[in-house]
Amino acid sequence: MTIEWETVIGLEIHAQLATRSKIFSSSSTAYGAQPNSQANLVDLGYPGVLPVLNGEAVKMAVKFGLAVNCEIARRSVFARKNYFYPDLPKGYQISQFELPVVGRGEIHITLDDGSRKRVGITRAHLEEDAGKSLHEDFEGMSGIDLNRAGTPLLEIVSEPDMRSAAEAVAYMKGMHTLVRYLEICDGNMQEGSFRCDANVSVRPKGQQELGTRTEIKNLNSFRYVEKAINIEVERQIDVLESGGKVVQETRLYDSAKNETRTMRLKEEANDYRYFPDPDLLPLVISEEEIEAVRGTLPELPDQKRERFCSEYKLSDYDARVLTTSREMAAYFEAVVEASGGEPKVAANWVAGELSAALNQSGRDIGESKVSAAALAGLLKRIADHTISGKIAKEVFAAMWDGEGDADDIIEQRGLRQITDSAAIEKIIDEVIAANPGQLEQFRGGKDKLFGFFVGQVMKATQGKANPGQVNQLLKKKLA
Amino acid sequence: MHDKTITELSRSLQSGDFSSVELTTHLLDRVESLGPQLNAFVTVTGELALEQAAKADQRRAAGDAGPLNGIPIVHKDLFCTDGVLTSCASRILDNFISPYDATVVGKLKQAGTVMLGKTNMDEFAMGSSNENSCFGPVKNPWDDTRVPGGSSGGSAAAVAARLLPGATGTDTGGSIRQPAALTGITGLKPTYGRVSRYGMVAFASSLDQAGTLTRSAEDAAMMLGAMAGFDPRDSTSAEKDVPDYRATLDDSLDGLRIGVPTEFFDDGLMPANKTAVEAAIRELEKLGAKISQIHLPNLGLSVPTYYVVAPAECSSNLSRFDGVRFGHRAEKYADLTDMYKKTRGQGFGAEVKRRIMIGTYVLSTGYYDAYYLKAQKVRQLIAADYAAAFKSVDLIAGPTTPTPAFELGAKTDDPITMYLNDIYTIGANLAGLPGMSVPCGFVDGLPVGLQIVGSHFSEARLLNVAHRYQQVTDWHTRAPEMAAGGTART
Repeated sequence: MTIEWETVIGLEIHAQLATRSKIFSSSSTAYGAQPNSQANLVDLGYPGVLPVLNGEAVKMAVKFGLAVNCEIARRSVFARKNYFYPDLPKGYQISQFELPVVGRGEIHITLDDGSRKRVGITRAHLEEDAGKSLHEDFEGMSGIDLNRAGTPLLEIVSEPDMRSAAEAVAYMKGMHTLVRYLEICDGNMQEGSFRCDANVSVRPKGQQELGTRTEIKNLNSFRYVEKAINIEVERQIDVLESGGKVVQETRLYDSAKNETRTMRLKEEANDYRYFPDPDLLPLVISEEEIEAVRGTLPELPDQKRERFCSEYKLSDYDARVLTTSREMAAYFEAVVEASGGEPKVAANWVAGELSAALNQSGRDIGESKVSAAALAGLLKRIADHTISGKIAKEVFAAMWDGEGDADDIIEQRGLRQITDSAAIEKIIDEVIAANPGQLEQFRGGKDKLFGFFVGQVMKATQGKANPGQVNQLLKKKLA
Repeated sequence: MHDKTITELSRSLQSGDFSSVELTTHLLDRVESLGPQLNAFVTVTGELALEQAAKADQRRAAGDAGPLNGIPIVHKDLFCTDGVLTSCASRILDNFISPYDATVVGKLKQAGTVMLGKTNMDEFAMGSSNENSCFGPVKNPWDDTRVPGGSSGGSAAAVAARLLPGATGTDTGGSIRQPAALTGITGLKPTYGRVSRYGMVAFASSLDQAGTLTRSAEDAAMMLGAMAGFDPRDSTSAEKDVPDYRATLDDSLDGLRIGVPTEFFDDGLMPANKTAVEAAIRELEKLGAKISQIHLPNLGLSVPTYYVVAPAECSSNLSRFDGVRFGHRAEKYADLTDMYKKTRGQGFGAEVKRRIMIGTYVLSTGYYDAYYLKAQKVRQLIAADYAAAFKSVDLIAGPTTPTPAFELGAKTDDPITMYLNDIYTIGANLAGLPGMSVPCGFVDGLPVGLQIVGSHFSEARLLNVAHRYQQVTDWHTRAPEMAAGGTART
C-alpha cells in the first residue's frame, strides 16, 4: 500500500527595504557601485562606532504590517545575532529576535485555478544585511564587498500554511506584488532585493504532527522556488519511503543540477547567542505614528482587484492580471479614462497586445514605448470603426516601433476601414463574378464556401472592409 | 606651572602669564622625563600638541578663547583619535591608527584643549590594576611598587604625578573612580548617556561611560561641561541640556540629605580606609549636610551581576577584532577559522580572553536564562534599591575602594579578589548613576577616596558637594614626591 504524502511549506521572505540610506548608517543603498565604495566606518564595524536606526525603515515595516493586518508592536527590541564571517564586519548581525516590530497577520493569495487561500504571517522583523564574499577573481583569497552590509531587510515569516510548491509560489508572488504596491521594496529579484528561504517537510496525509523539515536557503526566483521545493519534496518522500529519516538541516538548491544538497546540519548550526543590542534603545512606536503611516497606505492589490471587477465589470481573471502591479493598474485606468470606451476592450489590449510587447522587449510598463494616452487614441479609432480590431494590431505594432500616433499611422498607411456600403457591394459583385465555380457550389448547398467569399472580399480590400458589413451584404447577395 | 589646576591654568593663560606653547613645552618635558617611570603613556603626540598649542595661542590673541583654550590634556587610549594610534593597550590594535575622532575627543578639541598623547590602560578597559596592558603595567606615583588602579590607570597616574592637569577616562565598573581614589585625584563618572560613547571603543556598552580625571572638582566641572551633551551618533546618549556645572559649585550644602549605606562598611573595608571616609562624611555634615544610614540590600550581588553582564556584552563587542579589516592579523594560517583563532589568540591578553569566554558561555543556548537573563533581573533590583534610596536622600556617600593601592602582582593570580576591588563602584554602573571619587585622606602614605553617588543627571550637585568639600580640605592638593622631579626648566 502506498502512502499519500502531504507537503507542508513555510517561507521566510527577505525583502530589501527601499530606503535611500542603510538601516544603521548614512551610507547609500544604491545597487551596483564599486566594491566597498558605499561602506562607511559604521558599516565597516570600526572600533568605537555605533548604530543609529533609520526611521524610514521602521515606517516601511509598519506600512507592511498594516497592509497584512498584523499587530504592530508598540515596543520591539533589536538583538545581536553573533557569528564570525568575513562579510559580517561586527561579528554580529543586528536583527530582531524575541520582540519583532510586526506580529501576527495574514494575506490572501490567489491560486492558479483562481481560488483564494489564506496564509498566516507569523511575524516580520527588521534586520541588516551582510556584505558579500567574492571567491572568484582573487587567487587563493576571498574578496569582501561591504556595499550591501547594513542594507535594511524586512524578514517576513509565514506560517507553514502552504501545501504545494505552486502555493508557495503564489504566496511569494502575492507578497512580491504587495511590497511593490507599498513601495517599500523594488522587488528586483536578480539583484537580490526579494528572496526567500523555504522550510519544507512532508507527512502522511491526515497526520496532524509535522514532519521533520529542511530549510532551503536563498531562493531568488519564482521558478527556483517551485523547482527547489518540488525536488526537495521528492527527495524527502524517497528518503521516507526507503525507510530512512529526514534530517533537520539547511540545504542549498543547485539550479544547474536541479538538486538540493546539504549546507550544514542542525548540529553544525551556530549558537547565535542572541541578546538585546545595548547600543540601541528599544524601538517604541506610538499610536500617532502608526496612524500617520496608515494614512500613507495606497489602495492594496485586493481592494483594487475588487474595484476593477465592480467598477469596470471585468472578470476576476482580467482584474487580477491588471492589478499585478500598481503601474499596470494605473496604465489601464488611464487608458479607460482617455479612450472613454469599453473597459473590457482596454483590459484586453493592456493585458494582451501591450503586455506581450513589454515581455518581448523585456521592459517594465513604466518604460512602455506606447503611452496610455497613445493606446487610448488607438482604441478610439476601433470604437468609431475607423479601423477594425485586426488592423489595429498592425497600427499598434507601428506605434511600438515609433512611427507616430494611431491617426498618423492610419493616414500614412491608408488603413481607414471601408464602411461605404456601395463600395463594399461593388467589390462583392466583382468577387462573385470572378468565382463562378464557387458560387455554383455554394448555391448547391456547400455553405462553408460563405467564408471563402468573405475572405476574398477582405483580401480585395486589404482587410480594410468593415467585417460586419461584408457579412451582411454578402448574405444578401448570395441569398 | 605643572602644579596648577585647569582652573588656575585657564586664568594664567588668559592673563598672559605664559602661553599655551610654553605650558605645553614644559609638560612635554615632564612627560618625557617622568612618564617612563610610570609607564603612563602609550603615545606622546609632541608635535601635534605644539601645533595645537600654537593655534590655541593664536585664537587667544584673536580674542576667541574659551576657558579650556590651550589647556593640555591626555586621552585614555580607547578614545579614537584621528591619525593617532588607538590601541586599547591591546596587541590586537597595536597598529590601529584611527581614521576619526571620538565625539569626546572632538568636543574637547573644539573647546581648545591641546592633546599631549594617549594613556596606558588595562586592555580594553578590563581590569582594576592596570596590569592587563600589552605595554606593561602602570605604576602608582605615590609608590612605584604599587598599582595605580584601573582601568584608567595611565590617565590617573599622569594627573596625579602632575604631568597633565586633566585626562579623560572611562568607567564601566569603577575604572575612573577607583584609580582616582588610589592615586589621590578627583574622578568623575557621569550618568550613563550624559557623554557620548561614539568613538569610545566599547567594552560593555550598557555600562561604559566617559568621564574625567582631574585634580579638583572645579576642573572636572569645566571638562564635563565641554564633553557632555546629546550626540545624534549615539542612540543611548541623553537628549538633555547640559547645565553650567561651574555656576552651582559654591551652592550651600545646607539641608543636603546624604545617605550612608551600611552595606558599604562591611568586613571587606580596611579599618584605616573606613576611618578616613567617616571623617570625610563628618566634614560634609559640618558643611550642613544631614547624614543618615540607608540600605542597598542587593548591593552584595553587584559584583557577580556585573561579571555576567559585562563579559556578555564584551564577548560580542570584541568580535569585530577578527584580523579581517584592521588591527593585528596572524602571519601564518591554514584557513579562515585558523586565521581567526591565531589572530585572536595572539591579539588578546589573558583577562580579555577570560571575559570573552565567560560572556560567550552566559549567552549560549541553555545558559542564557540562568545567567544573562537572571543577571539582568538582578540588575533591575539593584537599580531599584538606588531609586528607593533616592526617595529619602539626595546623595549616597561611602568609600570608593576597600583598601588603598595594592602591590603590583598581588592580585594577578586571583581574579575574584581583583574583581572585589570594584565592589563599591560597580553598583553605580549597573544603575547608570553618576559618581565621583574625591581624595579624603591617606593610609600609610597612600591616598584614600570618598565616593559620592547621585541620582540620574545630578552631576551638578555631585560637583557642588565635592567642590565645597575641597574648599575646606586639602587632600586633593597633595602631590606625590616624584611629582617634584623632572622640573629642571620651571
